[in-house]
This record gives sequence, C-alpha cells and structure tokens, in this order.
Amino acid sequence: MSNGGGDGFILEGVRRLGSVAIFLVHLLRECVPALGRPRLLVHQIYNAGARSLIIIMLSGLFVGMVLGLQGYELLQRFGSVEALGTAAALGLLKELAPVVTALLFAGRAGTALTSEIGLMRATDQLTAMEIMAVDPLRYVAAPRFLGGVIAMPLLTGIFSVVGLYGAQLIGVQLMGVDKGAFWSQMQGSVGLRNVTEGVVKSLVFGIACSLIAVHEGYNAAPTAEGVALATTRTVVASSVITLLLDYVLTAAFL
Amino acid sequence: MVVDVRGVHYAVGGRPIFAGVDVQARRGRITGIMGPSGTGKTTLLKIITAQIAADRGEVRVCGQDLAALGRSEIYALRKRMGMLFQNGALLTDLDVFENVAFPVRENTDLPEALIYKLVLTKLQAVGLRGAAQLMPGELSGGMARRVALARAIVMDPEVLIYDEPFVGLDPISLGVIMRLIKHMNEALGITTIVVSHDVRELATIADDSYLLSEGRVAAAGAPAQLRASDSAAVRQFMTGSEDGPVPFHYPAPDYAVQLFAADES
Repeated sequence: MSNGGGDGFILEGVRRLGSVAIFLVHLLRECVPALGRPRLLVHQIYNAGARSLIIIMLSGLFVGMVLGLQGYELLQRFGSVEALGTAAALGLLKELAPVVTALLFAGRAGTALTSEIGLMRATDQLTAMEIMAVDPLRYVAAPRFLGGVIAMPLLTGIFSVVGLYGAQLIGVQLMGVDKGAFWSQMQGSVGLRNVTEGVVKSLVFGIACSLIAVHEGYNAAPTAEGVALATTRTVVASSVITLLLDYVLTAAFL
Repeated sequence: MVVDVRGVHYAVGGRPIFAGVDVQARRGRITGIMGPSGTGKTTLLKIITAQIAADRGEVRVCGQDLAALGRSEIYALRKRMGMLFQNGALLTDLDVFENVAFPVRENTDLPEALIYKLVLTKLQAVGLRGAAQLMPGELSGGMARRVALARAIVMDPEVLIYDEPFVGLDPISLGVIMRLIKHMNEALGITTIVVSHDVRELATIADDSYLLSEGRVAAAGAPAQLRASDSAAVRQFMTGSEDGPVPFHYPAPDYAVQLFAADES
C-alpha cells in the first residue's frame, strides 16, 4: 500500500514537472512577440517590481541590520571588526539578497500573479481571448513571466544596497566600527565574481518563481478553491525550488 | 449550413456526454439549443468553437472541417465568429471602450481614429455609448452582457454564439438582450446560435430549435413543433414538469428503509 502511495507521489511529481516543462517551451515561444509589446511588459514589471519595493526595502534594511549586529558580535571575538563590511557584503550579495528576495517575491508578486491569472481562467476571460483569436499565452502569460524575470534581479540589487546600508548603520553608526575600514575592506574583498554569482542566482530564481506562478495560475481549476490551492502551491513550490536551486548554484560557483 | 455538426460523440473520463448529436445552424437564422442542466449544451459550444475536439463525428464551421484545421487556421476561423459568455467574460483590467476595442487592436492594424469610430458604433448599437469609460466592476449584469455583445460583434462575425444569455437578468435587461439578439440577426444577417434552458424566451426568438437530452437530440424543429411533441422527455422540458424522464429525486435507497435504519442503529 505504502509502495503504491510512493509510486503515485513520484508519478504525480514527474507529471507536474513534465507539464511545467511543456508550458515553459510554449511560454518561451510567446516571449519573443511579447518583447515587442513594451507597454504590456512595462506594466508587468511595475506590477511585479515596483509594487514589491516597500516589502523588499524594509526586509533588506532589517536583514542588513541583523547581519551588522551578528557580524559585529562574532568578529569582535577575533578582534577583526573591520572585516564587517566584507562579511555583510558577501553574505548579502551571494546568498541573502537573492534568496530572501525570491522568497518575498513568491509571497507578494507570485501569489498576485497566480490568483490574477487563475481568476481570469475562472471568469472565462482566458477562454474569451481564445475565442477572439488572441492567444492568452502571448497576451497574459508571457508579459507577466518576463516582467517577473526582469524585476527579480532589480529587486535583488535594491535589497543588497539597502541591506548594506542597514549593516553600516548598525556596524559603523551604532557599534563604532571605523567607517573607512568598513568600506575599504569591502571594496578590496568583493569582486566581480561575487556580484555575478548574485546576479545569476537572482535571474535563475526569477525564471523559476515567475514560471511557477504563471503556470499555476494558468492551470488552476476554475473555482474559488482551485485558485486558492494554486496560490498556495505557488508559494510552497517557489520557496522549495528557490532553496534547492540556491544549493546547486552555490556548489557550481565554488 | 454555416455550422454543421454530424454524428458527434464525446465522453469525459469514460462518461459519455454525446452519443451521436446532429445540429445544423442555417445561414442568417437563429438556432436555439435547449436542454436541461448537465446535458452538455456548453460542451457542444466548446466543440463548435474548437476549444475541445469531438471523439467521433464531423463538425464543419463556415464550410471548414474543424478536425482538419491546425492551430493558426482555427484562430483564423475564430476571427469570423463571435461569442457571448454567460458572465460576459469582460477583461477586468480594461474599461468598456478598451474591452470592445480589444479584438480589433489585437487582430487588425486599423488606425486609432477608425477603431474609435468602430467601437462607438457598436456601443451605440447596444445602448452603452455613454458607459465607454466605466470599468467592468461598475456595470450591472445586464450592462456587462451588452458590452460583451458589442465586443462579440465588433469584428463583424459571420456566426454569433450566445451561451445562456438570459440567465440572472431582470425583466428589463432580459427584454433588451432578446431584442438585441433578434436585431443583430436581422440587421446584420449574422447566423446565430443561442444555447439556453429558458424555453419561453428562446421560443420567442428562435427560428429553429434543438432539444438535447441524454447525449442525443431528443427533438428538432420550430419551437411550436417542439411544444406539440408527444415525447415524454420533450414535454417535460417544454412544460417544466417536476417529474418525468428527468426524475425529481436523485437515485437513492428506499426512503422509509433509510429513515428506520437510522432508528435501529
């Protein structure tokens, strides 16, 4: 019995993976024409990006402040508090900014995307488009997917900058770490490779989270319960996939 | 025949929905498709609009066999069709004007000035030119359906399909929608298919009628012929009798046995 359940779980997992892969192929095909619709695209970057700014900046500030506190507490044991800038910058650029931004994106923009598209499905708006000879993949899904993919690295960059400000606020302003040492050590130790790692991660997370959000909404059962389930799945799947991909990418960059 | 459905079979998960359905919609006429809830009226519309494919049988729309068409040909055919959804299915992020303009903008390269005039003409036809700047959320159910009708006719379709256009309307809106369906058909010569379970309303406007029951066409002809039918299924539907071939009670164990069994346990 338990074997059967396990098999069913694996089969369902493979089926979903296949469904997402096929959806991605169709979506990518529609992304090229969607790029030629700047108005639609800018609107979606605004929805996914600009509307997430407050939560991203607030979280970035607090995460940076915690890094400043914890880093100072740890580094002072070894008498090297000047390295706080480096520690905060590397922690933010390589790990915390891409991962936390992706998790927040899944919770704010991802759920909004899924429920919006799911409700369009439930209220026949997508079917109406098909009947009007307008492909909803091109008009609805592709711009939203691209908007998320473009917004994620921008949000990650903003998270990093605000986070560094938060770390500096605690380390330099509150704990008295030398301002010159904080910034010069950071400048000396953080290289292009570290920045690239963060950018690559944020791009990959952007693709994964936007794809999951759009796929779940597009394939949601056309009922209130179906949309609610799809929204929940978006958050859960995006979070797990983000953490899994983070491990894979971290290992790849070592 | 503008729409010609012959011997269509369709099943979902092994449960047959259609077992040999024949429906024809003739050019310039209003064809009504009636039937109790759950008989697959909306499914038939999905087959006619190529949203789903029949398992067997032939479906021809505007002379083209749907089974032989590729994706781009289906989209090209859909440009010659219009459909009014039960809930209107207006795009909620666009105002009334943009909703009506949507198919024109997406499917043609007409200049903005022409689109403006075209949309105003269609909104005037449904009496909502003054509501052009309202959002769908600000419209009543009847108004939303009229906007959806303006959108459905904006591309001057050859076939216009209505899915349950009379559901949930107050008497005034109902009268307006009935007049508009008749007017669009007569003034524009559009071949019209109306799916509904509102017998009285449909009988008033339909030239030809089909009654679906248990996966087949139970009766076909002018509404008056259907009313005169001696088939029990047709009579029950046309007169709205509570009991008949479609039973009032969902299949269940014997009532008394079930009641007393609860006492004994």
